[in-house]
Amino acid sequence: MFSAKNMKLLTNPLGASNPITVQILGICSALAVTAKLQPAFVMALSVTVVTAFANLILSLLRKGIPSRIRIIVQLVVVAALVILVDQVLKAFVYDVSKQLSVFVGLIITNCIVMGRIEAFALGNKPWPAFLDGIGNGLGYGMILVILGFVRELLGAGTVWGYRVIPESFYAHGYSNNGLMLLPPMALICVGIIIWIHRSHNRNLCE
Amino acid sequence: MLRKYIDKIKPQFEEGGRFSKLHSTFDAFETFLYVPNTVTKSGSHIRDVIELKRTMSVVVIALLPALLFGMYNVGLQHFRAMGMADMSVMECFGFGFWKVLPIIVVSYVVGLGIEFAFAQMRGHEVNEGFLVSGMLIPMIMPVDAPLWMVAVSTAFAVIIGKEVFGGTGMNVFNPALLARAFMFFAYTPYISGEKIWIAGMNAGQTVDGYSGATPLTEIANSIAEKAPSLNISSSVCDWIVGTIPGCIGETSFIAIMIGAAILLFTGIASWRIMLSVFAGGYLMGLLFNAIGLNAYMDMPAYYHLLLGGFAFGAVFMATDPVTGSQTGTGKFIYGFLIGAFAVLIRVVNPGYPEGMMLSILFFNAMAPIIDHYVVEANIRRRNRRLKKATK
Repeated sequence: MFSAKNMKLLTNPLGASNPITVQILGICSALAVTAKLQPAFVMALSVTVVTAFANLILSLLRKGIPSRIRIIVQLVVVAALVILVDQVLKAFVYDVSKQLSVFVGLIITNCIVMGRIEAFALGNKPWPAFLDGIGNGLGYGMILVILGFVRELLGAGTVWGYRVIPESFYAHGYSNNGLMLLPPMALICVGIIIWIHRSHNRNLCE
Repeated sequence: MLRKYIDKIKPQFEEGGRFSKLHSTFDAFETFLYVPNTVTKSGSHIRDVIELKRTMSVVVIALLPALLFGMYNVGLQHFRAMGMADMSVMECFGFGFWKVLPIIVVSYVVGLGIEFAFAQMRGHEVNEGFLVSGMLIPMIMPVDAPLWMVAVSTAFAVIIGKEVFGGTGMNVFNPALLARAFMFFAYTPYISGEKIWIAGMNAGQTVDGYSGATPLTEIANSIAEKAPSLNISSSVCDWIVGTIPGCIGETSFIAIMIGAAILLFTGIASWRIMLSVFAGGYLMGLLFNAIGLNAYMDMPAYYHLLLGGFAFGAVFMATDPVTGSQTGTGKFIYGFLIGAFAVLIRVVNPGYPEGMMLSILFFNAMAPIIDHYVVEANIRRRNRRLKKATK
């Protein structure tokens, strides 16, 4: 069940085939929801759940879906899961759900979800497909959390809504970096993460 | 004597020497001080003795009039705001000198430090592109800019604007303007508004009620208040001489024109770009005169060329040979659009009283496209001529 091969499905997306830094998928949401750590974390969790269960369900159905209409079936499954996630968020973390606003609904168009279904779930057994979904969700989530942490810390001086940079810093002339809260800086941060990643992992360089 | 010393320590930096790792650092300093005497050994090359380092030095010399005047103006504005109008020129200059010097030092230390570090890490020669950028950055900062912000902006501009693209000569955007843009968006309160253009004003050392707004801010304010005419407290004469609040190096039209003369005389900056930036700004101003919806649009078109960073940007920033257009026709188009867009941003978008920075950065990104179409058009024209000739 947790053979070396299956564990690879889980750990590969964290490093060598990370959805954001290597496959450059899901960039839009990575820029849009990472101004603060909390929404970034919730978003990461939601995408992980959707990817994992969409992979699982479609892998179970894979033999019964005629390939001509498979995209429609995939969309139905993903849309149903996204609606579930949206309702759960609204019920339990309403504030965050409001901050994420349209981006929860837009998980349905997240390239990672459809990409993993097409590339993996339709050709593999349910359990590996489920692990692959979790792995890719976590790989995506990891980058989101890093971005959210850096942007909130430098942009607002807080982490998870708590002030971490003491007032005395501000009294001595420290100032929050407003650019960090704007999406362009998020793109530059993603670029820097990719830079660091590739300088550690030389065989990813073209 | 210096030459002898360099020759004496040189073997230590060559291969096998004690400091062979620091070879590129040594090389950079040696060639900075003396024209290298290495001669091409094979084939025939025609080479000018004016290479990159000498070119950069001329640009720095061209910047000096604006810088020196900027230092004087910093002092002048400061003492005026304090209510001490009878200070001598030297006192004003002295005050400004000690205010501006730290910014220059920070900019050079941070920028060159990063350049040298990257050169060592990547094992290539140190490029001297930062000589000019390091001088430009302090000149487009407000005098009260906190030094650590200058340092962070410079570091951002050199790393993200230049090193990731491959160093000097490969950058897409003008590094000095990138530093200012970073500062502008990251630490907005420290680079816009009415309080930061005069030294000591934020700290409350000035007379109560003294306005430190730049002419462009005053104009933007009058438009925001829907005033029937523009309330500008300074005259055209002040703008030409440069005794107005503003970034350190941008205020004096005369000093900038002296720099422009040096650049054009030595042939370093492109006259095509310089001329067309002014033409673009002026024609755009005339166009707004023709529309004339509010007092700003009715403002005489030549005001735009004298105000804010327009002249400074046109002479020293837009003409950057790396980030600008390369083709002759392209340079006209590129310059013209920079001037036109700078005025457009100023007049239409009240959020940005100064449009020059954004306009130049935007067309830095567009320059390759402009060049592409100029080259394509040239190919088509020559194809047609070929067809006619062979018919």
